[in-house]
Amino acid sequence: MRIFGLSYKVIKTLLTTQYAYMLEYRIEIALWALSGVLPFIMFSLWSQNDVGNTFGLNDIGLARYFLSAFIVRQFSVVWVVFSFEEDSLSGRLSPYLLQPLHPLLRYVAAHLAEQATRLPFAAAIAVTFFILNPSSFWLPSLPQFFLAYLSTHLAFSIAFLLQSLVAALCFWTEKSSALERLIFVPYLFLSGLLVPLSAFPSSVLKVAMLTPFPYLINFPAKILSGMSVDILNGFIAQILWMLILIPSVNILWKLGVKRYTAMGA
Amino acid sequence: MNRYFKTIRLFWSTAFASQLEYQLNFLIELLAMLGTLLGSVFILSLFYTEGRQLGDWSWESALVIQGVYTFLDGLTNALLRPNLTEIVNYVREGTLDYVLLKPIDSQFWLSVKKFSFAGLPEIILGLSIVFWAAIQSGSSFSIYSLSLFIISLLIGFVILYSVWFLIAASSIWFVKTWNATEVLRALLAAGRYPISAYPVTLRFIFTLVLPVAFLTTFPAEAILGELKITILFFGLMLCGLFFFLSRFFWKFALKHYTSASS
Repeated sequence: MRIFGLSYKVIKTLLTTQYAYMLEYRIEIALWALSGVLPFIMFSLWSQNDVGNTFGLNDIGLARYFLSAFIVRQFSVVWVVFSFEEDSLSGRLSPYLLQPLHPLLRYVAAHLAEQATRLPFAAAIAVTFFILNPSSFWLPSLPQFFLAYLSTHLAFSIAFLLQSLVAALCFWTEKSSALERLIFVPYLFLSGLLVPLSAFPSSVLKVAMLTPFPYLINFPAKILSGMSVDILNGFIAQILWMLILIPSVNILWKLGVKRYTAMGA
Repeated sequence: MNRYFKTIRLFWSTAFASQLEYQLNFLIELLAMLGTLLGSVFILSLFYTEGRQLGDWSWESALVIQGVYTFLDGLTNALLRPNLTEIVNYVREGTLDYVLLKPIDSQFWLSVKKFSFAGLPEIILGLSIVFWAAIQSGSSFSIYSLSLFIISLLIGFVILYSVWFLIAASSIWFVKTWNATEVLRALLAAGRYPISAYPVTLRFIFTLVLPVAFLTTFPAEAILGELKITILFFGLMLCGLFFFLSRFFWKFALKHYTSASS
């Protein structure tokens, strides 16, 4: 069986080496996990000021939503543009391009390995949250968990493809990580990291739903926290975005590699 | 003293010259800044639905806080981020040796070497928002309130600088500390909203442990003419303490510096 043209053996080797590599940076990854506290800060604001009622969430609902948003964010964080820029500027990309393995797949493996390393830290933060807010404790049902798991992976894939699109621009400009800011800003406000999207006025909500961002946090977090959500349409939208992004990344990448001039080599 | 001013002028004029090469960056920063501001004002407006208020702050006075935050964010992008995130690289690559050999204070050198001019529009815009929103909320400026505002902004900036420098200085031991800086930045985002809007425990933490309140809420109160003078004195003491700590810690860290690749 081959996935993305890779044999089982190659996948296993990639993932285990990356996992071993990530384990070396445990403390940094713990800090990374901790730097995702923004949903908790927002939770304390929304609940303290009793705003939840206006969008149909009581304190427990808010707590569950923001904890879910935190968890989804933990497993959909993407930094491929930064790794890629570094590799490209330092000339490390040249040997990668020679290998019979798409360089982006190497980054995918790195991200997946990092998620595995991050799991215990994210779990520890979630447990701490429950200790501080015991009334919000819940366990999602098995199908709920499975759907949330699936949609979080899809969210990760969309985020990864979006950033790869920017990363591919590295072939044209030296500083494409600056361009990443232009994706991050709408992501921050439209993904649902700061507030569930149901709080948005309907006109803004309509525009937001046309972007990929709500499917990166809001949709999986709603499933996980057990809020009512249109599951079928959500998954259709996620898959649709992947179908748009995969060929775009592919084309841009191929055009870029032709221009590659091996910096720093 | 004169030597230090001359050095800053040299540093920043070369920084300006080298950044002219990346004009596109300037445009991107500008767009990102406008987007961020638009987004945060939008999120803030969600708190003010149905006649509700955020921690007893009127809409206009909450905008003053957004302005102060934007101003400090601009200063961060212009000065703190470019300089303090580099310290890790100096340690990792061993180039800190060259800095230490220079006949000038190393903390000074590391803190002002670079200046990113892309942060300037944010600084100007932040101040404009502060004054516009303060006028809208009906505050009348006096020399007294303006000087309190400037002093409290300085306090905020020095605290921010010192905390950040403390974390950066710890890279002498733990080479890769930029993730710790990310944790700091995430927590600082709390400064977008008035401190009184938070639950009591967080209010306590954000005033005494990580003094976010001194960064945005108190300067905003100063320009609105609501700052208690005791808080200002307390802030002065706190920022002196933090600054002293950063200097002390740097000297201490240097004693443990063993240089890379040797």
